[in-house]
Amino acid sequence: MAKQLGRDQQGITLRGSAEIVAEFFSYGINSILYQRGIYPPETFTRVQKYGLTLLVTTDPELKNYLNNVVEQMKEWLYKCTVQRLVVVISSIENSEVLERWQFDIECDKAAKDDSAPREKSQKAIQDEIRSVIRQITATVTFLPLLETACAFDLLIYTDKDLAVPEKWEESGPQFIANSEEVRLRSFTTTIHKVNSSVAYKKDSFP
Amino acid sequence: MAQFVFEADLHGLLKLDTPIPNAPPARWQRKAKESGAPGPSPVGGMSPMKPANRSHSSSKTPSRTPGKSGSKIQSTPTKAGGDRYIPNRSTMQMDMANFLLTKENDPAEESPTKKEQQKAWAVNLNGFDIEEAKILRLSGKPQNAPEGYQNNLKVLYSQKMTPGSSRKNGRYIPSMPDRILDAPEIRNDYYLNLIDWSSQNFLAVALDNSVYLWNHTSGEIIQLLQMEHPDDYVSSVSWIKEGNYLAVGTSNAEVQLWDVQQQKRLRNMTSHSSRVGSLSWNSYILSSGARTGHIHHHDVRVAEHHVATLAGHTQEVCGLKWSLDGRYLASGGNDNLVNIWPSTQGDSGDFTPVQTFTQHQGAVKAVAWCPWQSNVLATGGGTSDRHIRIWNVCSGACLSAVDAHSQVCSILWSTNYKEFVSGHGFAQNQLVVWKYPTMAKVTELRGHTARVLNLTMSPDGVTVASAAADETLRLWRCFEMDPIKKKEKEKANSAKSSIIHQGIR
Repeated sequence: MAKQLGRDQQGITLRGSAEIVAEFFSYGINSILYQRGIYPPETFTRVQKYGLTLLVTTDPELKNYLNNVVEQMKEWLYKCTVQRLVVVISSIENSEVLERWQFDIECDKAAKDDSAPREKSQKAIQDEIRSVIRQITATVTFLPLLETACAFDLLIYTDKDLAVPEKWEESGPQFIANSEEVRLRSFTTTIHKVNSSVAYKKDSFP
Repeated sequence: MAQFVFEADLHGLLKLDTPIPNAPPARWQRKAKESGAPGPSPVGGMSPMKPANRSHSSSKTPSRTPGKSGSKIQSTPTKAGGDRYIPNRSTMQMDMANFLLTKENDPAEESPTKKEQQKAWAVNLNGFDIEEAKILRLSGKPQNAPEGYQNNLKVLYSQKMTPGSSRKNGRYIPSMPDRILDAPEIRNDYYLNLIDWSSQNFLAVALDNSVYLWNHTSGEIIQLLQMEHPDDYVSSVSWIKEGNYLAVGTSNAEVQLWDVQQQKRLRNMTSHSSRVGSLSWNSYILSSGARTGHIHHHDVRVAEHHVATLAGHTQEVCGLKWSLDGRYLASGGNDNLVNIWPSTQGDSGDFTPVQTFTQHQGAVKAVAWCPWQSNVLATGGGTSDRHIRIWNVCSGACLSAVDAHSQVCSILWSTNYKEFVSGHGFAQNQLVVWKYPTMAKVTELRGHTARVLNLTMSPDGVTVASAAADETLRLWRCFEMDPIKKKEKEKANSAKSSIIHQGIR
């Protein structure tokens, strides 16, 4: 398996880029779950990553679930067949979608063929990822409170002709009916570019 | 015989349990028609009535009206088979199922332009081209939090009164402020530092584009300055230790130095490129933090005032404090970082932080050094974080952390007691006095009707002034000294000063 070349300036390969983006999703989803209070904060523990203190879950079932998704994402990112990852937060009782975190992925397909690693320092990518994660944390200041108990779902938009692997099934987009959308920062590894945005249900009163 | 036919007809019409004529066919009838099964009996005929078979996944009990179902139920093939009782429907995807079931009925005939239009609509609605992509989700029901877990953010943000601490604190702290001063037009901006109290007992308050000085002893008010340009505003104020000069940071990136006795501006130092939200003095060095994240050191005695630049933050520097011994400068920014800077440059000539703390999940504006323990720093995080953390800056360890449940705007250590006070925002807008190091709450001071923005302490260490978004300044006597203890302290202080005097000779 081609390894990520070095820690410094030495360039990003396709597989390396896939790993970076998949790792970002893992930490990003954990942050969303913590900040939005989907799971009790006591079940999260602090780790150091990207020069930040991030919170990741210790719940084994949830960890397992997330690992499955992230592993699959890594594969699909490597093959450049995935277009978007969406975290849908919906109310448990009436299945109404309250929040929708959307991460668009643009993959440079040329990277699949030419095997020369791209020039971009790890540090620069880390800085960009750090800003996005910080923004996710800061969104709690303007996102409306999630009043009811909520559950989350992960949707992945892939190419049409992709073989659906076992344990996965097709689904609808689960849009929010009357939503406000906020674009967040994006980051790029020169092979994959990830744009983030969050859409939330507009408050019923003006 | 004709009259019988007529009678039968009449009966048929009067009996209300026949299918309604000319009604749109029920779905089950449509499907039956399509699959070629015999349709419903013709109206008005004498054939036995078939009770309409309802939708099969409904959870209605099998019997409809008691009279009918008994004799007349015909066992239609497939569909019926009795109703299943399904206790929990949340895991079923009713919408998906319904869509798949009804899909077959829709005609597939479309003209090419119609197809184009549909495709355009689909892309518009779905945000992507359905033909090109599909959406997958991991099967199994969506992950749920454990039963009985209530999202405590809601509890956090709608907290009204916390139950009071059962233990009575040792001394009496009045729950009402000593005085309430009017602060009209004060800017409701979390990142600014708009009040400071001098050692000469003057309270400087920045109200939008002017700075006023309030003499605590006499009660008189002086307007010190007003910005020339109406769009500019004052973003920070800080008294020099001796209390005769006031440093003023502005929104147009200037750092001004004013002599308050003569009410004259001595210097106007420009070196920043964005508003100066925080200031801190270390004898003759004035440090200023700006919106770009840069901190500049100014030597106010010389013409070339800008002597150093500290680049450690990527967003606005809102908290800035020199330690009391002048060895370290603590800075907190909107990038959730706390940096501890040494007072002298390293070997390379650049300033690099000796410590960086990343544990706060929100902007760090509250930064305060402990007066009786060296190298101990207290920091407080903004809305996303709400925690107060105590650090040892030499080892970098976090000595303790406590959740304050509310945005922390400022922390002040007491010189009279081993306590510190913190100012908060939503929902109670209170000041909390904490005991150190136990981190127990001594008392909560409520009164402000909007979030507290800044805190500052009187020179005698007894009164704390809080400025809030409700356009008031409240003075709280929370660290009142016991008269006996006060006398002891004064004696100790005077003894100290005389030694120093002798030393200088």
